[in-house]
Amino acid sequence: MSKAIKVENLSKAYQLGDFGTGTISRDLERFWARLRGKEDPFLKIGEVNDRTIKGESDVVWSLNDINFEVEQGDAVGIIGRNGAGKSTLLKILSRVTSPTTGSIKLRGRIASLLEVGTGFHPELSGRENIYLNGAILGMRKAEIKQKFDEIVSFSGVERYIDTPVKRYSSGMYVRLAFAVAAHLESEILIVDEVLAVGDAEFQKKCLGKMGQVSKSEGRTVLFVSHNMAAVKTLCNRGIVLANGQLIYENRQLEAVSFYQTNNNTRATFEHHDDVSSAPGNENIRVLKFIIRPLTGDSISISTGVSFEMIFFNQKAGINLDATFELKNSDEIPVFHNGVLISTNNDSKTGFYTVKCTIPPNLLNAGNYSFKLIFGENQRYLLFSADDFIGFEVENESKGSNSALAPGVIHPKLDFKVSYRA
Amino acid sequence: MTDLHPEKWDIEINAKGSLLDLKLKEVWHYRDLLVLLVRRDFISFYKQTILGPVWFFIQPVITILFYTLIFGNLAGIPVDGLPKPLFYLAGTIIWNYFADCLNKTSTVFKDNAGILGKVYFPRLIMPLSIVLSNLIRFAVQFLLFIILYIIFILKGEHIIPNIAALLLPLLIIMIASLGLGLGMIISAVTTKYRDIAFIVAFGVPLLMYATTVIYPLSVAQAKYPKYSWLIKFNPITAIIETFRYGFLGKGSFNWELLAYSIVSTIVILLTGIVIFNKVEKTFVDTV
Repeated sequence: MSKAIKVENLSKAYQLGDFGTGTISRDLERFWARLRGKEDPFLKIGEVNDRTIKGESDVVWSLNDINFEVEQGDAVGIIGRNGAGKSTLLKILSRVTSPTTGSIKLRGRIASLLEVGTGFHPELSGRENIYLNGAILGMRKAEIKQKFDEIVSFSGVERYIDTPVKRYSSGMYVRLAFAVAAHLESEILIVDEVLAVGDAEFQKKCLGKMGQVSKSEGRTVLFVSHNMAAVKTLCNRGIVLANGQLIYENRQLEAVSFYQTNNNTRATFEHHDDVSSAPGNENIRVLKFIIRPLTGDSISISTGVSFEMIFFNQKAGINLDATFELKNSDEIPVFHNGVLISTNNDSKTGFYTVKCTIPPNLLNAGNYSFKLIFGENQRYLLFSADDFIGFEVENESKGSNSALAPGVIHPKLDFKVSYRA
Repeated sequence: MTDLHPEKWDIEINAKGSLLDLKLKEVWHYRDLLVLLVRRDFISFYKQTILGPVWFFIQPVITILFYTLIFGNLAGIPVDGLPKPLFYLAGTIIWNYFADCLNKTSTVFKDNAGILGKVYFPRLIMPLSIVLSNLIRFAVQFLLFIILYIIFILKGEHIIPNIAALLLPLLIIMIASLGLGLGMIISAVTTKYRDIAFIVAFGVPLLMYATTVIYPLSVAQAKYPKYSWLIKFNPITAIIETFRYGFLGKGSFNWELLAYSIVSTIVILLTGIVIFNKVEKTFVDTV
């Protein structure tokens, strides 16, 4: 098998903070250093990109010395937390931006789907947009013409094909956009979580199409996702990124479980700096989130879970509510429960603490993550954060059987057994 | 380990590329995209309008009407004895083509950050599509010029075109290159420093007065002999003067001025390409 992608010593630096102030003097300093043949004074190689620690310089290495190779026909899942460098890697691979150092070598044509519907013009009809979008993605006109009927029938919007896309529902828009992208003919396909759109039926169709692309057509696929179930089924290899570095590379099942066992380190989140830099927005800032077992030191099926959240509210005089959505590692929502913080339009500016417990013998063993949603009148979104914090529930052996039981929950049920001869 | 069979790769992504590499082969591969983008601009321009493409005519007609009234009649600036509407239209259509190319190209990264930040295609396609879209506008307005031209000849005006009119294709290429080159230089700088965008916004309309759009070069030379070099220094002046000389028979045409204009056009275009190539690779990070 030959190599399709070879990534060597790839690094990418970004400048933090505001552009504009002090950039001219900095540019001049840089220029001066280059004239004397010295290194860029603002790039300190070797600093680890960990956003929770304040770095020394205001340059951050979003990718740091990445090396890997991909065989032709492989489907590689790239996984990692938010900010691990996944999107930067995809951007460089799709040639949207250049690396700071290092190189990537590719064999064959490359098509990237960092977003569906790039370049769709709202005034143009579906038909015109198929041609335009196809051309933007690198197809020749003749190629699109030949596949036109196939694209339209895959999208399922035949009836609206001569209507401007601004009149489309968002679902139709996405269907049409994905249909164009799915019919690209390229040896390498790069996909970034575009599957998080559309209804369940269409998502299934997209996943099926991607599986077909990699398995039966022998094309190379790079797939970035938080959906571990999708990575497990679609990919045959996995790469785990953390803080801009490649920390693990193996078959997809091993990579997913490596990621999941190493991702529960954030069972405690505490923000020490000033409130304005805490996660959140102008409405809500989350300052603290602690997850611990009700009894004992580590969380397992029978210990139960308690969690505590402290947040700063800046919207006074409204009906504020906070919702906690717990998802397991297959991205299946386990519960979606909220609490009304204030009910008589009397929320106050200041710090609120919410405490809650999940009873013992409810959650099955596995990795979980919380999504936080803050709302007004249970209707308007104030702030939400996916994967805000994660934790792991350890398995418990029951007699001789220590295998993980299937199922989303693992309740302690009261079985009554009787016998009659 | 030494590689005995050096592998052949189709695409290499490196930190730095060659400055003068225009990737023309890639641009050629994406020619369908170029055509479709031009079509998109053209169609979306008059979608949901009643008059449609007629708007291409209305703008220059109203402009020359006002120029005739204000500069021609009220201010009384001489126009080499030519019919005023024809004189102004000649300057206006060339100036508009230049200004439209410049304005649109100078914000090309900002306007298209959405597309350029998600998909790769040779970035040069975008400014090229702008120049081509505006060329269509220019063609429509040139048609208007020809119509007006015939009307005035039928009315018995003494207008004699000459052989210099055949330079028109060269003149068009020069305006397009100037707009493109200057626009690319500005677009590259504005990805980081937005200040330049403000300078362009008020500078371009002012620059029109330093170009021979509403007065002939001969008048400026007669009135300000010391400062007329400033107007000659502007490469667009030679283009407009040559155009007027060729079609209307009046104008300050000489080969030295045109040669100067050609050389400065080439310099500006090359500078623009080099800067554009340098910026296009990482503009996504700063725009």
